[in-house]
Amino acid sequence: MTALLPRRGLAQILALIVILAVDRVVSPQFFDLRLQDGRLFGSLIDVLNRGTPVALLSLGMVLVIATRGIDLSVGAVMAISGAIAASLADSHGLPVVLAAALGAGLVCGLWNGFLVSVLGMQPIVATLILMVAGRGIAQLITEGRIVTFSSPDLVWLGNGSILGVPVPVAIALGMLILTGAVVRGSALGLLIEATGGNARASELAGVGTRAMILAVYVWCGVCAALAGVIAAADIMGADANNAGLWLELDAILAVVIGGTSLFGGRFSLVLAVLGALIIQTMNTGILLSGYPPEFNLLVKAVVVLTVLLLQSPKLSGFSGIMPPLRRAKA
Amino acid sequence: MEKSPDPAPPLLEVRGISKSFGAVRALQEVDFTLRAGEIHALLGENGAGKSTLIKAITGVFPRDAGVIRISGEEVAPRSAKAALQAGIATVYQEVNLLPNLSVAQNLFLDRQPMRFGIVREGEMRRRAKMLLGGFGLDIDVSAPLGSYSVAVQHVTAIARAVDLSARVLILDEPTASLDRHEVEILFDIMRQLAGRGIGIVFVSHFLDQVYEISDRITVLRNGRLVGERETASLPRLELIRMMLGRELAETTSARAATAEHQAREVCASFEGYGKAGYVAPFNLELRHGEVVGLAGLLGSGRTETARLVFGAERADRGQAKVEGDPIRLLSPRDGVRHGFGYCPEERKTDGIVAELTVRENIVLALQAKRGLHRPLSRREQDEIAGRYVKMLDIRPPDPERPVGLLSGGNQQKVLLARWLATSPRLLVLDEPTRGIDVGAHAEIIRLIRELCDDGLALLVISSELDEIVTYSDRVVVLRDRAHVDELTGEAIDISNILAAIAADSAVVAHEGRA
Repeated sequence: MTALLPRRGLAQILALIVILAVDRVVSPQFFDLRLQDGRLFGSLIDVLNRGTPVALLSLGMVLVIATRGIDLSVGAVMAISGAIAASLADSHGLPVVLAAALGAGLVCGLWNGFLVSVLGMQPIVATLILMVAGRGIAQLITEGRIVTFSSPDLVWLGNGSILGVPVPVAIALGMLILTGAVVRGSALGLLIEATGGNARASELAGVGTRAMILAVYVWCGVCAALAGVIAAADIMGADANNAGLWLELDAILAVVIGGTSLFGGRFSLVLAVLGALIIQTMNTGILLSGYPPEFNLLVKAVVVLTVLLLQSPKLSGFSGIMPPLRRAKA
Repeated sequence: MEKSPDPAPPLLEVRGISKSFGAVRALQEVDFTLRAGEIHALLGENGAGKSTLIKAITGVFPRDAGVIRISGEEVAPRSAKAALQAGIATVYQEVNLLPNLSVAQNLFLDRQPMRFGIVREGEMRRRAKMLLGGFGLDIDVSAPLGSYSVAVQHVTAIARAVDLSARVLILDEPTASLDRHEVEILFDIMRQLAGRGIGIVFVSHFLDQVYEISDRITVLRNGRLVGERETASLPRLELIRMMLGRELAETTSARAATAEHQAREVCASFEGYGKAGYVAPFNLELRHGEVVGLAGLLGSGRTETARLVFGAERADRGQAKVEGDPIRLLSPRDGVRHGFGYCPEERKTDGIVAELTVRENIVLALQAKRGLHRPLSRREQDEIAGRYVKMLDIRPPDPERPVGLLSGGNQQKVLLARWLATSPRLLVLDEPTRGIDVGAHAEIIRLIRELCDDGLALLVISSELDEIVTYSDRVVVLRDRAHVDELTGEAIDISNILAAIAADSAVVAHEGRA
């Protein structure tokens, strides 16, 4: 903890390299890749593929957190959209299935955004409502059963490949590019950072802070719905009880590892996704090492603790001025 | 600085006290002497250093230099509690007691009469009753303090301080929220305490009260001691001169070309504009190239007027017009859309976005005005930020620095730049020079003049009357959340403004006004 890192993101890249190196030690075949039936296989591909749901969640979550909010309902929204997709998959075409599932995510996002921006509820409480209720809604849709389907279109979404790349990975990459283009290509990024940095001042500067906040929750809902569809497609079924369970915490962790402060303001989409990959690389490494998966939770807890300690104002001097992780390792 | 002690040393003696906050020298070598049994007024404009002096004496801030003696003995309190033990008690305008506890509990907090580890409630109430009785206050001491008026809370705080064997009592703006009758009660108590040999420091903005109650007056200006006088032998005009630091004749408007300004076109007007419980309905016309000053005491409705004019607060009556056309003004967005800008008084909470860069802070309002789909390219942002950093001499001249790391004066300039970048027709500046060091202060006043020469309409709030007088073409005076007077041209001078502010107590000559 001595010198300032020269560039934003270096800490995350270094962390990823360290974890990859550890994975290489516990599993010597970790970096092996092979092409089979026109699709790439290997532990690295597995990391990308398994990391997709959390990466998608973190794309929405990072914007919400940048406005000084939080969305606890993304796991439940995944369950809802997965349930809808699975229920419709064998009777309707893929466009209808996707429209219905993503539409549900949009409605969920509108609900959260309405509670936070219009009614002024605290984000953690407002989204807790849907976190609890959402799983109930998903169970009503599946009527308490695990709904399976065999629609090849939807299965392809979870298991197919494009030019050797698994479809989920391609979707996540596409969403990253799309979100980046929308947020950084328009003034949205600046206005979101201003809203999160100082909502009162932004409001007085003429920024439509309510619309900003509504928009980020809607986008978060859509991203969560997409993650839910992919998770359902992956297992060819929807389990309302377990789909997306606790993934909101992974998404928040990914955002925080990506250097976006929970106090809002500066954010980075790429680093949030990198955070999701760091988490998944850790998960996969622990699985490959042969340790029982329970260790996973402990290791994650240690990582969370470390990140939060590095972000705490007491350890890092003047907080709130610069993005936390830039000086975190300083 | 060191003198041989007098035969009878004064109760409180402060010598050569200095205090800086960063580059701002809040106090420079200030002396202050309080004798036993006297009521001593401490006066000065906003930012003169009164609160800093009090906080340095009571140990709230560490001081950079200087000594404090009580009855000749040097003390160095490190906290308000240590100051209290040394015999110095302070009662602030916002009483620092616990409104949810009873009056008696507040009086004996931390030192309740105990027996076998149990508070003796009856004994505590009896003693509380006796203590307040000594101040002519007969109330139910078991009721929560918060259920009583501010005056009773003040007396309770004073009673507690005195009972804690305070010999020096500092009253910071004690009368600001009291009505006339309550002020009389407070003054009786102050005289009674002085009679007992307690020294009282009285900080107030109300000059008539100062003349009514105080024995001597010490005046500070810009962190320096101006002088100490006997109240009885100090004419009011001389006192104002000491506070403002210049001859009154000099402070008549530097912008006397009134007729010319009257002819200018109206930029924005507000008719019967107001909000219930906020500001009484007012009429206000703002012309191109004109500076309108809002004068009044704290809480008189100046900031409230500014927020209504900008759209930060919704009016519930009246009509706003821009260039003669009626407009809807429901939010800051509406204000920005109509070409208004507002630099709020609380820069840190309402103005800057600390972690964003100077560049981002400057383009924020312009970007919000253009809308999401018309983003300013990075090159345009760099160009705008670079232009204003140069024009307003923002230091350090680095647009990529987080604005939170800049000094107060430079933050203020960034806010000005934010609005200038939107090419506004009307700018509302709330205390634009508050908390800014002297150099930047003069620059901001120069900027205000230049801006209005360029045809901008300006509505400026300032507590510093000489400032308002210097740059205003018209001055609107507020009192008790209502616009009570408007001065133009030759009539703009400090004594007229003071007269209008204090009209009902009719203490200041009220002359030469249209």
